[in-house]
Amino acid sequence: MARKLTVIILAVLVVIAAGLPADAQKGPIKIGVISPMSGGAAQAGKDMVNGMQMWLDENGGQMAGRKVEMIVEDSQGQPNIALTKLQKLVERDKVQVLVGELFAHIGYAMAPKVDEYRIPMLYPVIAADDLTQRKPAKWVVRTGWASSQPSHPFGEYAAKVLGYKKIVTLGIDYAFGWEVIGGFQKTFEENGGQSIQKLGAPLNTTDFAPYLSQIKRDADAVFALMVSGSALRFPRQYQDAGLKAKFPLIGGGTTFDEFVLPSLGDEAIGGMTPLQYSAALDNPVNKRFVAEYRKKYGKVPSYFSETSYTSTRWIAEAAKAVGGDVENREKFLEALRHVEIPDSPRGPVKLDAHGNPVQNIYIRKVEKKDGELWNTVIHTYPAVSQFWKYKPEEFLKQPVYDRNFPPCKYC
Amino acid sequence: MDRLVRRAPRAAAVVVAVLLLGLPPFQSSFTLSLLTQALVWAMLAMSLDILLGYTGLASLGHAAYLALGAYSVGILATRHGANFWVTLAVGVALAVLGAAIFGLVALRATGVYFLMITLALGMVVWGLAHRWVSMTSGDNGIAGVPRPRGLPWALTGALPFYYFVLAAFVLAFLVLWTVVHSPFGKTLVGIRESESRMRTLGYNVWLHKYIGFVIAGAGGGFAGVFWAYYNGFVSPADAELATSVEILLMVALGGRGTLFGPALGAFVIVLLKNLVSVYTHRWLLILGAVYIGTIVYAPEGIVGLLRDRLKARGRAPLRPAPSP
Repeated sequence: MARKLTVIILAVLVVIAAGLPADAQKGPIKIGVISPMSGGAAQAGKDMVNGMQMWLDENGGQMAGRKVEMIVEDSQGQPNIALTKLQKLVERDKVQVLVGELFAHIGYAMAPKVDEYRIPMLYPVIAADDLTQRKPAKWVVRTGWASSQPSHPFGEYAAKVLGYKKIVTLGIDYAFGWEVIGGFQKTFEENGGQSIQKLGAPLNTTDFAPYLSQIKRDADAVFALMVSGSALRFPRQYQDAGLKAKFPLIGGGTTFDEFVLPSLGDEAIGGMTPLQYSAALDNPVNKRFVAEYRKKYGKVPSYFSETSYTSTRWIAEAAKAVGGDVENREKFLEALRHVEIPDSPRGPVKLDAHGNPVQNIYIRKVEKKDGELWNTVIHTYPAVSQFWKYKPEEFLKQPVYDRNFPPCKYC
Repeated sequence: MDRLVRRAPRAAAVVVAVLLLGLPPFQSSFTLSLLTQALVWAMLAMSLDILLGYTGLASLGHAAYLALGAYSVGILATRHGANFWVTLAVGVALAVLGAAIFGLVALRATGVYFLMITLALGMVVWGLAHRWVSMTSGDNGIAGVPRPRGLPWALTGALPFYYFVLAAFVLAFLVLWTVVHSPFGKTLVGIRESESRMRTLGYNVWLHKYIGFVIAGAGGGFAGVFWAYYNGFVSPADAELATSVEILLMVALGGRGTLFGPALGAFVIVLLKNLVSVYTHRWLLILGAVYIGTIVYAPEGIVGLLRDRLKARGRAPLRPAPSP
């Protein structure tokens, strides 16, 4: 009887073992995600998680033959909560890789902790220039962009192609805003343009009238840098103030990104902005991505969705390169830094020596097609680095762009 | 049965002390850092309670002192390699100075006007943090604040740091306890109950309020110093209105006019925000329900509710409960 029982137990064990994947003893690859799921930025946070989930769903929830578990934590858009959640993901959940966040200051807050934990963390959205310029962190891998990266080519474009001579800039008064505007001002002025006025409105400004009425009348165009809430309100107020007819509206990529376009009306048409992505990009990978994303989530993907989708693939490519051995952190980090994706929805992406993606920058114009607003790509600058045409060493000698740099020489 | 009412706080204090001292060695470092965080917020809430609970002045600018303390650490420890004692001294001194100046302006008003003025003054500090980029790094904040230097212990792990903050908490509690139980503290309560009567009795009402205001500010700065060391990061988010509101809610939730109450409120809110949100993305609903529940069923806060329950049990059931 005892022997019979032993045989049965052995048989059961063999069946169970045969059913398990080969490297089951390793368990799944755990990806910890920190993003705002409540509060003002919740919608962007959800776009990010959607992008990641979509890639996983398309690939059977697997990377390098291992199952993937994604653990999402809500940062509530607050640095101290994000830090607590970071600790939770690392210490309690024992994640092997982290992805996250949206706000620059939270990125700066997390970077030293990430270095302390020695767990690779991808920043798909946080664009603060200095994270890959003057204050790099070893374990942070940026897969998104640097704030001033799209602005550099656009400054040249505005001066040379659009032929503007004098420009007024109006931005949201915080670090990201000034970095976007600073990059534009630098190349615009080096190509013969003049920035004749720099206006800054506080974050959460609802009424732009006091700023719009200050705009100098001898400008050729207005460069506006808006984000989420302000981007929803600004174009209408700009039109209502009678300015749209007089000064063409150009701006930073977030002023008219896919995140706000569905909520805007005809007042947005004609707005021109640069970014590393447009949902209207005419390549087969992106067309499929946009169609699938719409089917799944009922809306056009924003750059938040695209960058998170690509970042998830990024992790998979690195995991594949180390043969699934993501537990070897140093090797995994090396692999993450050397990922090259030739065919992401936004185009080819790889990292430069400082850890920022080298990627196409698209000059986009808001147009209406079939009753919907799209960022039609009108020009492509291929393989743009965060340093544009400058030598990195020389570029890094100048301070990071802010309210006072570059100085407003022509004001 | 009256003894029960008098003894309950003491018994509670013993239980809490045993828990705070004895449990941590058996906790994960994640739980430990949550407890550490709660202790810092408890210090903030208790110091605000000097104003709100004991003097009857609702301030919406308490985050200003938190920020003054935190930025002192951020700037001195990262750029000048200052040790703990220097940052503590400067942090508290700056908060005292800030409160001494703000008090001159704010204490001209009472009620809603006091609320509005403190709100505006709090925004002044936020504005400085945001705009004075060369000093504060603007909205990017100051990252990489090291653990306290110049102490006989290294404080590297989560456990030593927890006990370090616990010691600070106990110190803050004892100081504030002494203040509220001193004749000065009793005078503040008198002012809360009837300002005109206290004035008629010959008390310098303004001076008492002013000193109370400065003590609260000093407490805020003291907590701010530990906040910066705990997070390793300082940003304008520390000075935001939302932070001031949160401290105010902690006091209201726990029970104003007691020192235990605000500390308890701080623990509840910190745990709700950090721990409940791990389990559900609908944590805001729970937080909202807790607030509404408190307003409806325990307007005097959790501690106030417990006290009333105890008193009600101590009295003969026929007599109506005393109105607050």
